[in-house]
Amino acid sequence: MKAGIKLVLLGAAILALAASALYLKRSDVYLLSLYAVYLMATFGLNLTVGYAGQMSLGQAAFFGIGAYVAAILLKLGWPFLLVLLVAAVVCFLVGLALGFPALRVQHHYLAFATLGFNVLVYLVMRNEEKITGGTYGISAIPRPTILGVDLNGHVAYYWFTLGSLVALGALLWWLLRSPWGRAFAALRDNPIRAESLGINITAYTLLAFAIGAACAGVGGVYFASLVEFIEPGPFHFSTSLMMLLAVIVGGQGRFFGPVVGTIVIILVPELLRSSSAPWLKFMQVWYLAVFGVGVVLLMVWLPGGLLSIPERFARKAGKP
Amino acid sequence: MGELVQLVVSGVATGAIYSLAALGFTLLWQASGTINFAQGEFVMLPAFAMLFCVLAGMPLWLGVLAACAAAMIVLGWGFKRLIVDPLIRHGVIPLVIATLGLSTFLKTTVRAGYSAEAHQFGSPFPGGVFRIAGINVSWADVGTLLVAGIIVIALQTFVTRTVTGRAMQAVAQNTEAARVLGIDVKRMVLYTFLINAVLAVVAALLITPTYLAKFDMGDSIGLKAFLAAIIGGFNQTRGALLGGVLIGVLENLVGFYVSPAYKEGVALMLFLGVILVRPEGLLGKVEERKV
Repeated sequence: MKAGIKLVLLGAAILALAASALYLKRSDVYLLSLYAVYLMATFGLNLTVGYAGQMSLGQAAFFGIGAYVAAILLKLGWPFLLVLLVAAVVCFLVGLALGFPALRVQHHYLAFATLGFNVLVYLVMRNEEKITGGTYGISAIPRPTILGVDLNGHVAYYWFTLGSLVALGALLWWLLRSPWGRAFAALRDNPIRAESLGINITAYTLLAFAIGAACAGVGGVYFASLVEFIEPGPFHFSTSLMMLLAVIVGGQGRFFGPVVGTIVIILVPELLRSSSAPWLKFMQVWYLAVFGVGVVLLMVWLPGGLLSIPERFARKAGKP
Repeated sequence: MGELVQLVVSGVATGAIYSLAALGFTLLWQASGTINFAQGEFVMLPAFAMLFCVLAGMPLWLGVLAACAAAMIVLGWGFKRLIVDPLIRHGVIPLVIATLGLSTFLKTTVRAGYSAEAHQFGSPFPGGVFRIAGINVSWADVGTLLVAGIIVIALQTFVTRTVTGRAMQAVAQNTEAARVLGIDVKRMVLYTFLINAVLAVVAALLITPTYLAKFDMGDSIGLKAFLAAIIGGFNQTRGALLGGVLIGVLENLVGFYVSPAYKEGVALMLFLGVILVRPEGLLGKVEERKV
């Protein structure tokens, strides 16, 4: 397919997603908004995992930091766009501070550091009641009005989130196509060669991780405004694990990998929860077990993720 | 002062349990390059296995033996055969992801298939405390230290004094050279997986009376095992012991003098501090990078 046709198809898909809000139930529109919000975080994580080749198990912590920053500042009456900027910068800086010691040594240390970090952030959210409201959380988080447009309605907020997601996606796309982004791919594919070509591996990896963290922070801001009430629960490290697996299941290092993977971790479980068919009831309880086995099998047979299926077939067909 | 000593003693006992889990983790890494993110669940499963045995009316010692046998088959041989062998060729990351998937599967299975509640688990040691030199020491702490100590010494003796143990060490240090010398590398790696399974059972036996048997009990133990292994030095067996004990003691001190709410964050802080100053871990050796 030519790039032009792909772009048209992508545009049509986005328009269809936007238009669907006019016909869907309120709860379904909410679900789509939730999907878009998580997608911001997994897009960011794909940068860290898929392009820089690092394992991060703390994406939900950054997502949570963004959400709490948003909840506190929005309630103080700060403008939404400024809050967005603050959340992104905070997550970026925290990402740098966490990634620096971990990445300096062995790259898989980042997985342990981020995992521990997520545990710590969760504790802070639960225990610092004066700031975070503890287990009661923060409620009545306002939705924004931007340039005089009131985004309080569920459809209006969905469109706003979808539009922002597309903007974030475009930004990341541009980033990955820049010379800077190409250095990423080089260091993932062959770090030692990249280093000998004069790419500072650690600096690039650290930046990739911090940018990924900032994306999660941005997602967290939209999340806080969407759900209007936050508590520590959604930012437990099990969410980080799900986000990481979403990136892998979709196909790490494929730009649209998270789009597929996030369906599996957000849309499917939520749809299961709201359905009432008896066999689906069974799946509600066992979904994560099936998912876990699925991940193991995927690693054995299709390490490239679901989006690598077409290539796999193409390669098989090409052989005599 | 007596308070401090008491906290250190019970911290060492808890830390000894982390050390056992960390030790298994380090052994797997040395022998086969496996990073097992399901290590915590490898402790959780035997806890439930022993619980079932006791509920079925078996005495605890028989339950422990049964759990050891089951763990060696399922978590040792089965894990190696079904997950590690097919994946190790593809590098570290696919295997890490697969163990993350495995951990999700095991937790959900226990929660959905049995129970989401925390279950009481009888201590293998007598209750109560005794006073010595003005401080209170619980029999459970003494028992824990004793069992963990015996296991570690037995393992150390096996590894340094027997032919098989030395062969295992050779594999851990240099797989290629070991193969050239005619050592059955595959078999040695399998032994490591079996030892890891037994260590997990012992850790479960010691920690479950205080942590209670719960589907997600492995989250915390697993994390501390990884961090302990790195703090002490990923490529050193003694490092895992030191790391585990350090975490156990510091957690107790922070929990008492600073805030019990942040006890769980101690391991991470220690980890970040150590890798900033000594990236290879407290007892670790610098590894050359292979091109």
